[in-house]
Amino acid sequence: MSARTRELFGLLPVSLLVAAGFAAVIATRSENVSDATLTYGAFFLGLCVLAHLFIRARLPDADPYLFPLAAVLAGIGLVLIYRIDAELAREQAQWFVVGLAFFCVTILVIDDHHVLERYRYTIAAASIGLLLMPRLPGIGAQVNGAFLAIKVGPIQFQPAEFAKLGIIVFLASYLRETGDILVRPRLRPLPYQRQLLLWGIPVALTLLGIALLDLGVAGSVLLGVFLISFAAVIRDRPSPKHFGPLLLVWGLAMFMLIFIRDLGSSLMFFGGFLALLYVATGRLSLIGVGSTMFFGGAFFLSRSVAHVQERVDIWLDPFADEVVDDEGYQLAQSLFAQADGGLFGQGFGQALLELPGGATILPAAHTDLIYAVLANEAGLFGAAGLLGAYLLFVYRGFRAGLSAADGFSKLLATGLTAVLAIQVFVIVGGVTRVIPLTGVTLPFVSYGGSSIVANMVLLALILIVSDHARSEARRRGGLV
Amino acid sequence: MNRQIVQLFAVFALLFGVLVVFTSRWTVIEAESLADNPNNRRPLIEEQRIPRGLILASDGRTVIARSRGRGRGQNRIYTRTYPTGALFAHPVGFSYIRNGRRGLELSRNDDLVGEEDEFESILSGLESRDQEGNDVVTNLDVGGTEAARNGLAGRKGAVVAIEPQTGKVRVMVSVPEYDPNAIPAQIKQFNRDRANQPLLNRTTQELYPPGSTFKVVTAAAALDSGTVQPDTVIDGSSPRTISGVPLENAGGQDFGPISFTDALTNSVNTVFAQVGERVGRERLVEYMRRFGFYEDPQLDYPDQYMIPSGILNGDGDFVEDGFDAGRVAIGQGGLEGEIRAGPLQMAQVAAAVANRGRLMKPRLTDRVVRKDGRVKERIEPDLQAVVMRPETAEALAGMMSRVVEEGTGTAAALSGIAVAGKTGTAEVGANREFTQPWFICFAPVENPRMAVAVTVERTTGQGGTVAAPIAKSVLEALLGGAAG
Repeated sequence: MSARTRELFGLLPVSLLVAAGFAAVIATRSENVSDATLTYGAFFLGLCVLAHLFIRARLPDADPYLFPLAAVLAGIGLVLIYRIDAELAREQAQWFVVGLAFFCVTILVIDDHHVLERYRYTIAAASIGLLLMPRLPGIGAQVNGAFLAIKVGPIQFQPAEFAKLGIIVFLASYLRETGDILVRPRLRPLPYQRQLLLWGIPVALTLLGIALLDLGVAGSVLLGVFLISFAAVIRDRPSPKHFGPLLLVWGLAMFMLIFIRDLGSSLMFFGGFLALLYVATGRLSLIGVGSTMFFGGAFFLSRSVAHVQERVDIWLDPFADEVVDDEGYQLAQSLFAQADGGLFGQGFGQALLELPGGATILPAAHTDLIYAVLANEAGLFGAAGLLGAYLLFVYRGFRAGLSAADGFSKLLATGLTAVLAIQVFVIVGGVTRVIPLTGVTLPFVSYGGSSIVANMVLLALILIVSDHARSEARRRGGLV
Repeated sequence: MNRQIVQLFAVFALLFGVLVVFTSRWTVIEAESLADNPNNRRPLIEEQRIPRGLILASDGRTVIARSRGRGRGQNRIYTRTYPTGALFAHPVGFSYIRNGRRGLELSRNDDLVGEEDEFESILSGLESRDQEGNDVVTNLDVGGTEAARNGLAGRKGAVVAIEPQTGKVRVMVSVPEYDPNAIPAQIKQFNRDRANQPLLNRTTQELYPPGSTFKVVTAAAALDSGTVQPDTVIDGSSPRTISGVPLENAGGQDFGPISFTDALTNSVNTVFAQVGERVGRERLVEYMRRFGFYEDPQLDYPDQYMIPSGILNGDGDFVEDGFDAGRVAIGQGGLEGEIRAGPLQMAQVAAAVANRGRLMKPRLTDRVVRKDGRVKERIEPDLQAVVMRPETAEALAGMMSRVVEEGTGTAAALSGIAVAGKTGTAEVGANREFTQPWFICFAPVENPRMAVAVTVERTTGQGGTVAAPIAKSVLEALLGGAAG
């Protein structure tokens, strides 16, 4: 069976799932299942088959599972949004069509993803520009204290969703080139005395820091890890001039914390960066320096940026009397909704979403808290199933990276996949109180035009890499 | 690079595992404590969406409690109203989101909200029905309740009527009452009203000295254990020294040698004190237990609104030994143990005698009916205890009928229906300046269909003149046309 035929068969269960989901929601609404659900399922299936035919024509060797997985996620998202508000679901369906259009255009325009390398600095500059736009007077819009959206007339979009693609493209290209020379292992081990000096200084500094500065446990660990990682980087003969752009990325993440005031997207960018840095260099020491610098910076800034500080406080205790009806309401209600779901959930369309007055009980149910709605309606099993689908997507994305021949392709596929996985972790982790709750979307599932369009482009890029890798392998007579 | 990619995947798999762990934490492990979190309004909102079933009087038509809906579709919520007002306030209670529940509204909550077991909820899920409450038909009689209430005429007190063969509670009246419709606005005032305690159900939550009505318990123990016979002659002179202290008959009357039957007819204290001493503490307590003393009434009513009757010492603790058996036997006692009984308990004493010694579990609910009219559950009569042999009960019934024919309880006599009963008048207050009049009875004697207990709180006058007429009017209302 060819890859494309497998993809087509993969779409069948997807459509059944979507039709069943709509049927459940409509059944609880109007007590009789109309033909409408079949129409929804058929329409969705039709769109997916069209996209499939397009992939068949343009990327015959691309991974067969990624597109059905994205489709199942988008389908679950549509059902949940339809259940929250039918009008929103109609808009989301339109955005899905637009997203598919962008998907096709991306595949048409980018015949070979290596062309992106040529424009890497342009792409980087454009991405940073996109990130700054929400702070521009006139078009910037503040949502829940964070500057994540821009508004031009009736159109509102979230530039960070697109910027993440550009930044990954840039980093993949830059690290492909500099990954090997960023650090160069010494051919001979250092003399004994210098080894002692190398490790002794950071240990002494750490102890000194703990003794002199009042850092607390977290601060002490951060300082220790930072200094020891830093020593390990120095041992490997770093190339200072190549660290410039990397410091820039760190600065960008800190800048986002200050000016965009959003911990979530900042974490997403920097996490993607660290993942790529590790894949390109294989140095844990770099990750040690990078992550401690990020957390140290975030820790410091959380004390000065009120919005971030507040998010952290809510995370530590969402039920505290002074926040539970106010800033902490969203997280508290998210946990209550999950508790209401239990093992198997209340069933699609059954969960309580509205207060008797008509006000919604879950703020931003269709975006930030859509995972909580799923846990409420489909229970632990449904939620774990969703995470399983994401993990499969990540697995296939990394497979594309593994099978790619050149460094840029590997880094691009891995980076795009990683940034999506981190985004899932940031929002689901926020909703489940693993980390502070911030407003990023759940890829493919949450309501939001920018999100669905950007993630369809992300999918297209991974499929392009995958197609190249697999067609090459096929030519060499290997993997089919 | 590939090694790093594989390691990276392992990291993400681990992170997603953390997400699953935390999701299980909220959905399963800590779900219960989250559901109980006072900030979680979901359970309250869910409850408001369910139309609770009706609560009906025994005629199946008189609506005691109904739910009224407001709003449309998803926003429709229900609140409780009580068309009969205060009439059934104590047995039925109330149910409000803010004020909680009491009475049958609490003890029958699962039925009223239509809570179903696993299998049924799967079925209703398939039919995609909304949760709907069942109706509860009570045993409470409108006429009997009104008669009891009119009889008390605003005096603090309590009336309970039970069907001896079935345990059906037909009347449960406690005065002062409250209007359950006024609960949301006035519950604070009700709670603060220490003088009247309108929320206190005096039939199940309050204990009084039962006075001479307790002689029925003493007589049952004495006759059933063979200690005395109805015709045993005992010295009824007054005063007599009981436990080292002289005891007098009411008004100091000296009866001389008198049969046990005549002693009950005339409520002779000195005779019953001697009989109590002969029965002994141990056996008296054993018979009390059979009557249901020393435990909460086995009524379908919330536990927190019922207390046991029994012998209490000066510290308010239940005792089973060390008390003055002679004085407890006549419904009194001392610091080392004094008998205290609730009106429901005393009605059960009468009911046990009436039903040939077989005490039935008291029941407020007759049946639970689904909205489509099918009976979901019918509460069948259930034996609580065999208190005494049938012959004992018959002999005792005969003795009690003499009380109404020619003794202290003539005010309860009905024309055409033979009534058996026992009066009681306990002295209360710091200087014994008040009385606690009682009357317990059942009728008709030959085939008892109703047992009644009446008491009035801190008043003046005798059980035979104050309580017996109330019992009479309740019996008339409940036994219908046959009464004159």
